[in-house]
Amino acid sequence: MNDILLFTLLTLGLLGTVLAIILYFVAQKFKVIEDPRIDLVEDALPKANCGGCGFPGCRNFAEVTVKAANDTQSLEGLNCPVGGNDVMKRVAAILQLEVEDQEPMIAVIRCNGSHAHSPSKVKYEGPASCAFAHNLFSGEGGCQFGCLGLGDCVRSCDFDAIHMNSETGLPVVNDKCVACGACVKACPRGIIELRNKGKKDKRIFVSCINKEKGGIAKKNCSVACIGCSKCQQVCPYDAITMADNLAYIDFEKCKLCRKCVEVCPTDAIHEINFPLRKVKVETTETEPKKVQKATNEVVTTSEVVVSEENKPNTENKA
Amino acid sequence: MNKLKTFTIGGVHPHENKLTDQVAIRTLPLPKQLIIPLGQNLGVPPKPIVKKGDEVKTGQLIARGEAFISSNIHAPASGKILKIDDALDASGYRRQAIFLDVTGDEWADDIDTSGTIEREIKLSKSEIVARIKECGLVGLGGATFPTHVKMMIPDGKKAEYLIINGVECEPYLTSDHRMMLEKGDEILVGVSIMMRALDTEKAVIGIENNKPDAIAKLSQLAQSYKGIQIQPLKVKYPQGGEKQLIKACVNREVPSGKLPIEVGCVVSNVGTAFAVYEAVQKNKPLIERVVTITGKNLTHPSNFLVRVGTPISDLIAAAGGMPEDTGKLINGGPMMGKSLSTPDVPVVKGSSGILLLKNEESKRPTPKTCIRCSKCTVVCPMGLEPFLLSKLSKLGLYERAEKEQIMDCIECGSCQFTCPSGLPLLDYLRLGKQKTGQLIRNRK
Repeated sequence: MNDILLFTLLTLGLLGTVLAIILYFVAQKFKVIEDPRIDLVEDALPKANCGGCGFPGCRNFAEVTVKAANDTQSLEGLNCPVGGNDVMKRVAAILQLEVEDQEPMIAVIRCNGSHAHSPSKVKYEGPASCAFAHNLFSGEGGCQFGCLGLGDCVRSCDFDAIHMNSETGLPVVNDKCVACGACVKACPRGIIELRNKGKKDKRIFVSCINKEKGGIAKKNCSVACIGCSKCQQVCPYDAITMADNLAYIDFEKCKLCRKCVEVCPTDAIHEINFPLRKVKVETTETEPKKVQKATNEVVTTSEVVVSEENKPNTENKA
Repeated sequence: MNKLKTFTIGGVHPHENKLTDQVAIRTLPLPKQLIIPLGQNLGVPPKPIVKKGDEVKTGQLIARGEAFISSNIHAPASGKILKIDDALDASGYRRQAIFLDVTGDEWADDIDTSGTIEREIKLSKSEIVARIKECGLVGLGGATFPTHVKMMIPDGKKAEYLIINGVECEPYLTSDHRMMLEKGDEILVGVSIMMRALDTEKAVIGIENNKPDAIAKLSQLAQSYKGIQIQPLKVKYPQGGEKQLIKACVNREVPSGKLPIEVGCVVSNVGTAFAVYEAVQKNKPLIERVVTITGKNLTHPSNFLVRVGTPISDLIAAAGGMPEDTGKLINGGPMMGKSLSTPDVPVVKGSSGILLLKNEESKRPTPKTCIRCSKCTVVCPMGLEPFLLSKLSKLGLYERAEKEQIMDCIECGSCQFTCPSGLPLLDYLRLGKQKTGQLIRNRK
């Protein structure tokens, strides 16, 4: 009886020791030396794994960042849009580097072809997928550039930042947007663009991407950009370019003066989070500016409330 | 009588609804303006060689296809080029088209417009292919693949059989049926020409058993042509699919991702055979085709011989006008056709029929959940699993879909037709095929 016990213990003990020695040498041989800073950087990241930085997942971004820090001693071109400047500062601190502040971005819907502006000519009853509908036809309103309203962007968003407005049939971006760019990729028509968030969240952009001639564009949608280039002429900062019957406002150059918004004959240029204009009471052209300055702070807050409730924050002018 | 042949895997039996099979082909008068889209063939659209203000004669070349897979376009009537601009195509997108103001119907000098049947084949093999290319022929079954490319057999391959598709398995459509009845001799000469071009001894014309008159007519005529056999087939959708037809007629299976020539077959449509006859014997380019316009509510469902570029609204008017309760306008048949967003689009080389569905017929069922009944798998003629593929496509898992052979799908719609839950299976399969195709092309 004792012999069996002793024999078993000895055999197992010996086996364990031999295997432990083998495993020790194997572990030495195949050891992966990883920079401990990768773990630290990963911890600092938001771990949303959204791919907004352009890399698959936060871990990979951490690896790339540490590698960049070792190789080039700078974090240029690397940015976590979800974490923003705070996170990037923390990452830089771990790597003992400096980063420049990046302007925060937000997704912007460059189509205003709502049910009212671009009435449906046909009824679509296929599957709710913009990608499929885009292959099939030009859209219920007839505009082959406009929003199809089937919500591929909404489904692609991991941050609950984009919703469909059932009244207009257009998606609306709210403050939760982190500019990861998932919706930009999901939209088969390329309507969504990442733009600078702007000072106090104020933004001006052309809410149309229709490249057709003015007449055709206008036939399908009352708020289409007709390529009249009035905005380009009035812009004092040279921020507006015209191409293919379509105006584009460069957000780097735009100083948010709102002159283009006033001259646009089809209301295709949108301003977001600006104070509401007083109703134009027999004004000359210079007067509205004074009014704006006076009411600036008060009305801005009311606009923020609107966007928090997921209501369209593009309705300033409608 | 032998047991009727058919393909072995899957298939469905939709209601035939051949309303126009006894209605003779009528020629539609020329409209005032023709809109000729440039993208009428599979592959690269041809480039226009006329400019605004040019006078053209019927049958004159107006756009030349320079790429390998491309085809020429000819003026469908004589007149003046109004402009070359974007025009709405069948999907509602604006694509480049030539606008022609019609002044009359004066044919180009080198075209034989007489009605006599030329039986003797004078041209050699390469001359035939060159003529087919020059005349801008494309497959008239619907896929619009340039015919001359099909006629060029790759080195090391041999076409043993020429299979002619007279199946017309799509419900409602009757254009091929009428062609076989009215142009039987021409079709058989066309088949003989193609046989010479392909260097084959044997041709099989597959016709479904629901067209006994066409089978009888062609069988009788075929006795005076060498090597042409008429093969009656059991009625089953989608027998008109290339791979299904080969299986049914000569019992061979085309391997996945390969072309019919791999098993020594070339498949063409009866309409194409007729166009080949006209091109080779009469030097007549492909500028007109037979289009079925049909629908249960239509006053005069008809088969029209139409010039390419005629607006579909003209066809509807000639068939008695658009009925009040039209729910959907479909370009093609009810199984594979795509619905049109406007009737103001022109007839193209690939339009085989226009179908007007009543409001209640056109309603899609509300999609419910998949009940795993596997009916779609049973009916799939390619042996795929449509429920799985559509799910993968919906989730965007295109690599997995590729492994599950999504690219083999022939988009016949049998799965969606049979689904008891009313799921849009075909729609997602089409999307998945397109995305997977993109993925594969990007990899190269």
